[in-house]
Amino acid sequence: MKLLCFILAVPAVVWAAPPVVVQNATVITVTRGAFKGSILVKDGKIAEVGEKVLVPPGAQVIDAGGQYVMPGIIDAHSHIAADSINEGSVSVSSMVGIEDVLDPEDVGIYRALAGGVTTANILHGSANSIGGKCQVIKMRWGQDAEGILFEGAKPGIKFALGENPKRQGMPSGVGRRSQGTPDNLRYPGTRMGVEDVIRQAFNEAKQYQQAWKEYREKSARGEKVIPPPRDLKLEPLVEALEGKRLVHAHCYRADEILMLLRVADEFGFKIKTLQHVLEGYKVAKEIAAHGAGASTFSDWWAYKVEAYDAIPYNAAIMLKKGVLVSLNSDSGELMRRLNTEAAKTMKYGGLTENEALSLITINPARQLDLDNRIGSIETGKDADLVIYDKHPLSSYAKVLKVLIDGQVYFDRDKDLSERDKRRLEKNRLLEKEKQQQQQQKKQGPRRPAA
Amino acid sequence: MKNRLFVLCLTGWLSLAGRALAETPPVVAIKNARIVTVSGPVIAKGTVVIRNGLIEAVGDSVQEPADAWVINGEGLTVYPGLIDALSTWGLPGAQSQTASPSGRRGFVPEDPAPAPTPAPPGRPTTLTTPSAPPARGPEDRPYNTSFLLAADQLDPADRRLESARGAGFTGAVCFPNRGIFAGQGAVINLAGQRAGSMVVQSPAGLYLTLRGGGSFGGGFPGSLMGVIAYIRQIYLDADHYQKAKELYAASPLGNKRPDYDKTLEGVLAAPRVLMPAQDPKEIARMLRFAGELKLKAVLYGVHEGYRAADILSKYDAAVLVNLRWPEKSRDADPEAEDSFRMLELRDKAPSTPAALAKAGVKFAFYLGGLDRSSDIARSVRRSLDAGLPQAAAVRALTLGPAEIFGVADRLGSIEKGKIANLIVTSGELFQEKTEVKYVFVDGVKFEPSPEAPPALTEVSR
Repeated sequence: MKLLCFILAVPAVVWAAPPVVVQNATVITVTRGAFKGSILVKDGKIAEVGEKVLVPPGAQVIDAGGQYVMPGIIDAHSHIAADSINEGSVSVSSMVGIEDVLDPEDVGIYRALAGGVTTANILHGSANSIGGKCQVIKMRWGQDAEGILFEGAKPGIKFALGENPKRQGMPSGVGRRSQGTPDNLRYPGTRMGVEDVIRQAFNEAKQYQQAWKEYREKSARGEKVIPPPRDLKLEPLVEALEGKRLVHAHCYRADEILMLLRVADEFGFKIKTLQHVLEGYKVAKEIAAHGAGASTFSDWWAYKVEAYDAIPYNAAIMLKKGVLVSLNSDSGELMRRLNTEAAKTMKYGGLTENEALSLITINPARQLDLDNRIGSIETGKDADLVIYDKHPLSSYAKVLKVLIDGQVYFDRDKDLSERDKRRLEKNRLLEKEKQQQQQQKKQGPRRPAA
Repeated sequence: MKNRLFVLCLTGWLSLAGRALAETPPVVAIKNARIVTVSGPVIAKGTVVIRNGLIEAVGDSVQEPADAWVINGEGLTVYPGLIDALSTWGLPGAQSQTASPSGRRGFVPEDPAPAPTPAPPGRPTTLTTPSAPPARGPEDRPYNTSFLLAADQLDPADRRLESARGAGFTGAVCFPNRGIFAGQGAVINLAGQRAGSMVVQSPAGLYLTLRGGGSFGGGFPGSLMGVIAYIRQIYLDADHYQKAKELYAASPLGNKRPDYDKTLEGVLAAPRVLMPAQDPKEIARMLRFAGELKLKAVLYGVHEGYRAADILSKYDAAVLVNLRWPEKSRDADPEAEDSFRMLELRDKAPSTPAALAKAGVKFAFYLGGLDRSSDIARSVRRSLDAGLPQAAAVRALTLGPAEIFGVADRLGSIEKGKIANLIVTSGELFQEKTEVKYVFVDGVKFEPSPEAPPALTEVSR
């Protein structure tokens, strides 16, 4: 009961908030064009969007005259806010999940907010052919791990192809590779091996699925049988087979992309998104035919051998071939300026403003099956809004305010005004500690701390 | 090797320092002393009678029996013997408690060359054998020695027991502490003829850490989330194991025999589970995890508990607070400036006990590697300065741990019928000038040597 009360307490805060009106802004809806107008927010949702909206009594009014409002940016590929990212010990690590290690106090969340990001998919790393479970979060800075979860988001899992998962590691984790025995080297060591590992895992998953099916049938008939043991490694793969878990696959080269699409077709599941997918432009038609989305970089390449064939036109080409494309950061630093990343696609590939912005808003929302909640400014969607001082595709644009569920989570003025206060408090603590240390020295020597 | 030499050097003169009186009479009365019973009000002037290792009587109008050996307690104070709620005393081979089992940044790899298989019995505290291949998953049961019982590993000759008694400690809850499922603890008395006579309660709980192996090819689990997933799988396996055993026992015919698994037997035998958590994030994480696994959790560490009293009281959690407060490392770069958060932690950690006491959270102290009586007193004083009432501090080292580990009917206070673990001091505990005059363990009297022996945990480091 106590636990229940605690869980209920979090959304209650949102419900109790007064309505919010963002007034006189240039509203960039992404899905329904841009216009000068206002947005009414009630109970954390967008209640009304229009050139004029009625301000209800008691509403908090944000005057955004001369400013730009757009939907909160969605980063489809991030590794912030987690205490661990890679379970690299095994090739199939689907038993682990980011949800277990979320760090709601990671300053990366605040920095993302300051860059206009309101939602991100936090992925497991790319050390394994089949990696861990992902977690979609909202940047509700100040709330606990449960409070930053994107409630109701479909679960996901990370796959990885190519150079990273085929690293075999150091035997016993230390020393040179040559010192080890074959026993200690992790399989696979080649791209062929990566495919083999994925096939093997899904074969096991199918057997596991079958074992449970048989058990349920038997116990439905009233037979007393021992249930199969639960296997946390195979459960997420069964969910992927059954379409209940979205597969986000890290990949680079055209050949491995085609390999994964074929394996998925053969086992009867879908790849929801291909991540990085820098050679996606070579096989865009095939990607579109499978129905996979692609989440890529704007103009980053040649940082590793499998990234040599990348071109900055990748996003635009894939988009024009019918692939659902988004741009991601994969970095706590790049995450703060995804708007300028989107703008690059106008130079490379000639996308329109709206197409460019869709790469960081509605498209990633669709890739996460969350487009009914976020990704555009429409009535009924979550009030996740970013207010810029200039057009968000300008490299001079600064984020002024960020709202999530209608609540202000970032305010540039407030941030600037609090910096001095924080500095003073820090100096006080430094001074206090210094004095304590001097006092201890006076009291005589102490055994050094271990 | 260096450590061993050090031990040898000390051995000679240590054996002279404060040992038990050759024969304590079976009946002892401490007369006219101030008695802090902990469970009841303080008796300003009264008598405690010990008979055959138990407390026979306590009160302000108790007469000393005719057969009693009488100690004049005029000007002295009697307390229940102190208990270290999380210790390795009596387990000479266990690693020092000073290493943080959860780590500030979450995950701390343990050995550079970890291996999954537990050592054979007889060498209880060595967890790994270097030649074994890395674990490939939970099924290999890496870092799992849940079946190890501290009670089976006790060594009454552990030299640390002596200095512990000198600091006023008569009991401890000690745990094997290597690996992820390190083993089962025991509530022990810090003296005894044989190992068996030291044990008060076993098992007292299963000690979990979140330490894992390496990374690529280094053996499962290699990350914090791997460790958590591993623990979850173990509890699922244990649940299945139990059900399968029951079903099989009911109808062996036509059913496959479940494999015996000592690691799961150990997990199932644990009355409670100790989980590491320092800050609000880790505290919430572990409390939810324990809730999910339906475990009775006791959190240890909890230095940032001053920010988490509300969630701890909501979950009705029991907490062991590490008395070794975080300090700026002596080797720290003098030019480097610590983060605001680190400064705040060092400033406020000692206010955790006061915050917990105020919120009504059950807590006890553990020493976290502090071994000199002056260091322990100084640490407690810092929490007193931060608002912890003296009585609550005494409780956190006596009845507090006894309650958390389910032995409050035997230990932790001065009450008729309880085990005669008492200390007699020259004044109020934790004050700079206060000395421990006598220590009784199971009614046997020890006199701390006037010169405190040097820090003995150096040996195990």
